[in-house]
Amino acid sequence: MSQIRPLFKREFLGYFRSPVAYVFLIAFLLISVSLAFSRYGNFFKAGTASLETYFLFFPWLFMFIVPAVGMRLWSEEKRSGTVELLLTLPVTTLEAVLGKFLAGWAFLTLAVLLSFPMALTVAFLGDPDWGIIASTYLGAILMAGAYLGICALTSALTKNQVISFILSLAACAMLVFLGLSSFTTTLESFLPVGIADVVSNFSFVTHFDAFTKGIVDPKDVAFFLSLIGFTLFLNVVALER
Amino acid sequence: MIEVKGLVKTYGNKHAVDGITFTVKRGEILGFLGPNGAGKSTTMKMITGFIRPDAGTATVGGIDVAVDPVGVKRQLGYLPESAPAYPEMTVEEFLRFIAEIRGFRETSEKRARVEHVLGLTHLASVRTQTIETLSKGYKQRVGFAQALIHNPPALVLDEPTDGLDPNQKNEVRTLIRNMAAEKAVILSTHILEEVEAICTRVIIIASGRIVADETPSALRARQPGARLDEIFRALTT
Repeated sequence: MSQIRPLFKREFLGYFRSPVAYVFLIAFLLISVSLAFSRYGNFFKAGTASLETYFLFFPWLFMFIVPAVGMRLWSEEKRSGTVELLLTLPVTTLEAVLGKFLAGWAFLTLAVLLSFPMALTVAFLGDPDWGIIASTYLGAILMAGAYLGICALTSALTKNQVISFILSLAACAMLVFLGLSSFTTTLESFLPVGIADVVSNFSFVTHFDAFTKGIVDPKDVAFFLSLIGFTLFLNVVALER
Repeated sequence: MIEVKGLVKTYGNKHAVDGITFTVKRGEILGFLGPNGAGKSTTMKMITGFIRPDAGTATVGGIDVAVDPVGVKRQLGYLPESAPAYPEMTVEEFLRFIAEIRGFRETSEKRARVEHVLGLTHLASVRTQTIETLSKGYKQRVGFAQALIHNPPALVLDEPTDGLDPNQKNEVRTLIRNMAAEKAVILSTHILEEVEAICTRVIIIASGRIVADETPSALRARQPGARLDEIFRALTT
């Protein structure tokens, strides 16, 4: 497992060797902040010193923005042929998968944490509940990992980054929509309520919501972590087949 | 050092590699010859553990690649076809990454390794350039440097002189010949003169099967007076 470190380092610094990282970070912060201040977010009108309206859009924003980070993880290596170099170095497929995934996750974590001026703003304007803010950040980071797991998997399936992006967008969108009330109502119209409940339980929104209310439920943490574990397992299988 | 027994790889109903068997000892340079699509690269990819054979075994230094792939990869230096490398890294960053993953974690040791191969492959003048800005000859040398960084006992080189100008070709051949004494080397090529210039043995494969396995001089003696490419054509068509 000591081989993960050099892989992680190369991949993480790789984001900053091209303009990708800077474009991504600026776009992410710009979009997320403007959504919060828009008439849909009502950051000021809400009248509470919390980041709820800021994080409200994260499941939606991640749907587009995480595939942008994840699509290149394996597709790029496959297209340029470096995957042959990487997998003939003395590393196991699992180490390669983990090194890359953790680097991408660290990058997304950095992006999420760079929104801390928003937290400072609410602290300046009022007296926010720091516990809720901390749990929301934790939830956002875990959710980003789950999104990235899916994107890393789809990226390992193709050498075409566009296909990889669209596949992961579709998969992530499904996992978001599952939790919307309109969608579950439709499901309930032709499925037993119990089954519809199970299906909607797979939604990112359902599990992220609790974090934004200050609840760190082990069930939600386990959901995101097991989704990460499952997708990474499939990622290894996809590369070794 | 490198032992291949009955390797088979099938894609659909096409036998890319169809029961190839050979061994390469230390001090030998094996030239792997064949028309495009004959199965040269596929065989090399199976030896290096990049793809899994459908049947047969490949061992390097007594380790079966199917049993302990990482153990084999540790002993091998591999230059894949067209020398892939991360384009956005500089030559130095790239080689430092390879050194680190090859187990040289101490800064001084890592630096010494990188400096050594930079000198060996004459890359010192472009060390701070990103790989995407390099010419084909330099890229090929970066791939070569990467394969040599841990001074491996076995080398697998897929078309090491492809795309190089005559001077660079000569330089690479000298380099291979100079270090071959204590290594087992397999190199694929379709340049026949290259085989005569540096290889101690030659294997010709066609449609996934070995059609000749002998010394370059024995190959020439098959048809006295004929040119090598005539012999090659007679064997592979």
